Formats: sequence, structure tokens, C-alpha cells
Amino acid sequence: MSTIQMISEEEVIRSPSHRKAISNMKWRYLKQNLFLGVVRLSALIIAVSLGGFLFYIFVNGIGAISWDFLTLPPRDSMTKGGIMPAILGTFYLTTGAIIIALPLGVLSAVYLSEYAKQGPVVRIIRIGVNCLAGVPSIVFGLFGLGLFVVFLQFGSCILSGALTLGFLILPTIIGASEEALKAVPQTFREASLALGVSRWQTIFRIVLPNALPGILTGSILGVGRAAGETAPIMFTAAAFFTAKLPASIFDEVMALPYHIYVLATAGTHIEQTRPIQYGTALVLIALVLGIDLIAIIIRSYMRKKKGW
Amino acid sequence: MQDDSIIKVKNVNFHYGDFKALTDINMDFEKSRVTALIGPSGCGKSTLLRLLNRMNDLIDGTRVEGEVLFEDKNIYDSNVDPVEIRRRIGMVFQKPNPFPKSIFNNIIYGPRLLGVTGKGDLRDLAEQSLRQAVLWDEVKDILGQSAMMLSGGQQQRLCIARALAMKPDVLLMDEPTSALDPISTAKIEELIEGLKKHYTIIIVTHNMQQAARISDYTGFFYLGKLIEYNLTEKLFTTPDVKQTEDYITGRFG
Ligand SMILES: Nc1ncnc2c1ncn2[C@@H]1O[C@H](COP(=O)(O)OP(=O)(O)OP(=O)(O)O)[C@@H](O)[C@H]1O
Ligand SMILES: [Mg+2]
Repeated sequence: MSTIQMISEEEVIRSPSHRKAISNMKWRYLKQNLFLGVVRLSALIIAVSLGGFLFYIFVNGIGAISWDFLTLPPRDSMTKGGIMPAILGTFYLTTGAIIIALPLGVLSAVYLSEYAKQGPVVRIIRIGVNCLAGVPSIVFGLFGLGLFVVFLQFGSCILSGALTLGFLILPTIIGASEEALKAVPQTFREASLALGVSRWQTIFRIVLPNALPGILTGSILGVGRAAGETAPIMFTAAAFFTAKLPASIFDEVMALPYHIYVLATAGTHIEQTRPIQYGTALVLIALVLGIDLIAIIIRSYMRKKKGW
Repeated sequence: MQDDSIIKVKNVNFHYGDFKALTDINMDFEKSRVTALIGPSGCGKSTLLRLLNRMNDLIDGTRVEGEVLFEDKNIYDSNVDPVEIRRRIGMVFQKPNPFPKSIFNNIIYGPRLLGVTGKGDLRDLAEQSLRQAVLWDEVKDILGQSAMMLSGGQQQRLCIARALAMKPDVLLMDEPTSALDPISTAKIEELIEGLKKHYTIIIVTHNMQQAARISDYTGFFYLGKLIEYNLTEKLFTTPDVKQTEDYITGRFG
């Protein structure tokens, strides 16, 4: 038997050095609890305000939602009827933005993190991309207006809007892709190169397929942002009102965020259309959350599959 | 030295940036023999190995002086394609590194990119490579399963099979058994024994019994220099250099 076990607990506690240690410990616990409390509180504030916000939109918007609301165009100066053209327009614009930005963004990321020699040039490009991410969306709108609508003479249409939104989400996609590429173990690249497989083949056969879940998730989350933006499409794609659906990418479309903006600020029936505004907002939020949900499902599905 | 050497390292110095990792290496590797590289940690064994198939090219800021002749052609000549060199000089790493693909797809990944496309051809090639790596009997019924499900020792043999499927002339192995249990280690030593009829094998190992068991020649490195290069039997019984003797008897440092 060791002597330690024979000393009673009380005796240990009575010794001054132990008492000091214990009071230290109490102080440390207190600090830890305080810190945890602050962290929990911040999380709670965010959760509550987000929940409250969603609840508020839901309560105010749900009354407007009906099958007709989702499937019919607006009528009577947009005070009645549905928002189908706006839903479709937002769908076209965001899909178009993805189709444009995804290949461009992924290839840029491949260049930056897999191919280019890390040096001043790459650093400057990276800074540029980061700056792009911080540019206010209205500036993208003006850029799109200047370049696509006026200079290239596409006019205000799906193509111009999708290109503008594409540029808006490009930094997100590049960032997400670079992260995903970096997460692919270096050993995979070495294994492939050591077999006598070229660098490009290694990137396209091994690195990209393994980075794909991450690229897709990050990119799709970025799309949520594009779907909700008003400023970039205001001058480049969005119509105040059009009952007819677009026949080509050179047609104007309505879009959900712009529709809300128009009803809430520019109409003569602002008060009267409040339910429609909330209903439209609810649809937009549901759309964005739906897109995010898809991203999460893709990610968890592919994570299960990959095994590293 | 031997005239039937397949790789000749001539007056090679190697730098990682400002750090000189190898100094004035001269070393010939004989065809169809197993050569072991031994020495304390950090002495440059892996660096030399990766120099032989230009894997060091992938690290920024490295510099090679001197020549590495593979079949009498300097692999560092500007008109040599490192991809072709790596196909002919295969490599197995310390940690098994299969791709997150099926066992079968791991093997045929490289050959398919080389243009072997016939279903039958690929299957034959897979079987042949897996047999050479003494893995066939264990995996022949689960070729479609993920390689990540295999044990570490099986994964390492899969990596050997994957390298062999490219039909290399030389196989470089960097501590291929250091992450494995004794039984897996024994299996790999056994398969190396079988491979040396057709392949030149250069193996880095910290295990001196292993070097003594499987190799024909052994090179002892210290601080980036080749201290002694000799027949394995000679090196481990009556080494020419005092430093070698100190190292193999554990009286080092
Ligand atoms: N990528 C690198 N950049 C800079 N220095 C490196 C790099 N790789 C290795 N070195 C250095 O080169 C020297 C030789 O390294 P090397 O990996 O060849 O040793 P080793 O003999 O294989 O050792 P070990 O038995 O531990 O694997 C070491 O001093 C190491 O720190
Ligand atoms: Mg090493």
C-alpha cells in the first residue's frame, strides 16, 4: 500500500499549499464557466434572432402562399396574382451564374493552388480575388451594366444578369475550390505522379474528383447569396414587370429579390401589397435554404463515399 | 564498378534551398539486384531515392548538380521527360497510399492512362500485378471493394502491385515496411525476393536485419555523404570503414 492512500482526504485539503491549489482551481473553473457562458450567450443571441427573423417572415408570409401564388403571374398592377415569373427568373439567373462561374472558378483555383509557382504573381491574383469578394454588389451591378448591357450590347437580359451574378460569386467559388483542393491529401498527388502520370492527368483524375464534394458544397452555398442579390440584377436583367416568360437568354426576367424591392418601395400600393411582399420573401428564403440543404446532402453523401 | 549497372549516380550534390542534403555522391546500382540504403535519420536516404525518379522536382527550391544516368542517359537533361522517367522507375512510399478507389481501379489507374484499354487486358494486368505482389489470393473476390478497407500491410502490397502494373524497370522503396506489423513485413520481404529476378530494387530501411536479409548491396550514408558502399555481406561482417562498423554495431553518435 502506498502512503498516499493512507492520508485522509481532509488532511490533504487542510495543507496550505493544497488549499491554495484548490482556490486556484476554483478561480479557473469560474473563468472557464464565465467564458463558456459568453460563448453560449452569443450563440443563443444569433439563434434567437435568426429564428425570430424566420418566424416573423413565415407568419407574415404564409398567408399569401397558395398554389396560384406560386404558379400564376402577377396581375392588377401586381397587387394580385402570383409570382411565378419571378421564381422562374431567379432560377434562370442563379443557374446561369453557376454555369458561368463554376468552371471559371474551379479552373482559376486549380491554376492558383495546383499549377502556378507560388510567388508574387499568384499572391497579387489572390489579393485581387479577395478584393473582389469585398466589392459591394451594387458595383457589380454597374460593372455589368457598363460591360454586358451597354458595351457588349446584350441589353438587360438573363445573359447579362447571369454574367454579373457569376462574377459576384466567382470569389466564393474560387475560395471554396482552393480550400477543397488543399484538403486533398498530398500523398494522392505523389502516388499518382510517382506512377508516371502527368501533372494535368493527376489533377483531373485524382485531385479534382476528390475535391469535388468540397467544391460543390462551397459553390452552392455561394449561390444562395446570388439568388438573394438585388443590386447586381437591377440594371442588368430584372424587369419591373413582365407577364410573359422569357423565350431566350436575351429576354428580361422578373426576379424574386427585385420584385420585393419594387413592391416595397416603388409601387403606389405599398401597404396593400405587404402580404405579397412577405410571401415573396418567404419563397426566396425557402429557395435559398433549399439550395443550402441540397449542398449539405451532397456533402454528407460524398463524405460517406470517399473514405479519407 | 559493375558494368551492368542500370543507374549511375555521378558526382551528385543536392540542395533544398540553401541546405545541402547530399554531397558528392557516386553510386552505381546493379541491374536485377536489391540495393539497400541505410543510415541515421536525416542523412539523405530519401532524398537520394527521390532524386532517382525526379520526385524531388516537385519540391520548390531544390537544385541538383552532377548526373544521374539511367541506361546511360542523364535523367536531368533538359530534353528528358520526368513523367517517362517516373513510369520506368516506380516508387513505393513509407506510408501505404492507395487511391480512394476500388482495388481494381487502383491497379489499372496508371495503365489505362497509358492507353491500355481492353477490358480483358486490364483484368489480366491486374491479376498479374496482384500475383507479383502476393496479394491476389487475398483480394481476388473483392476487387470491386474500396482499397481503403484493406489492412495496412495489404494496402502496401496493393501499392507495390500498382507500381508494378506500370511495368517499370526499377522499383524504389522508401521504408516500405516501417509502418507495418512483423507478419506483413515478412510478406513484403518475401515478395521483394521474388521480384528481384525481373526488377532492380533500391530500398531505404532503418531495419538493419532487413537490409542484411534482402539486399545484395548496401550503402551507408551519414550527413549527406555515402560513407561506404559494399556487398551487403561484407558491409555487415567486415566493413571497410570504421564509421560503418560503429553504426551497424549500434555504437554510433
Ligand atoms: N522538403 C525539404 N525541404 C528542406 N529540407 C529537407 C526537405 N526534405 C528533407 N530535408 C532535409 O534533408 C535532409 C535529408 O532528409 P531525408 O528525408 O533525405 O533523410 P532520410 O535519410 O530519409 O531520413 P529518415 O530516415 O528520417 O527518413 C534532412 O536534414 C532534412 O531535414
Ligand atoms: Mg526518409
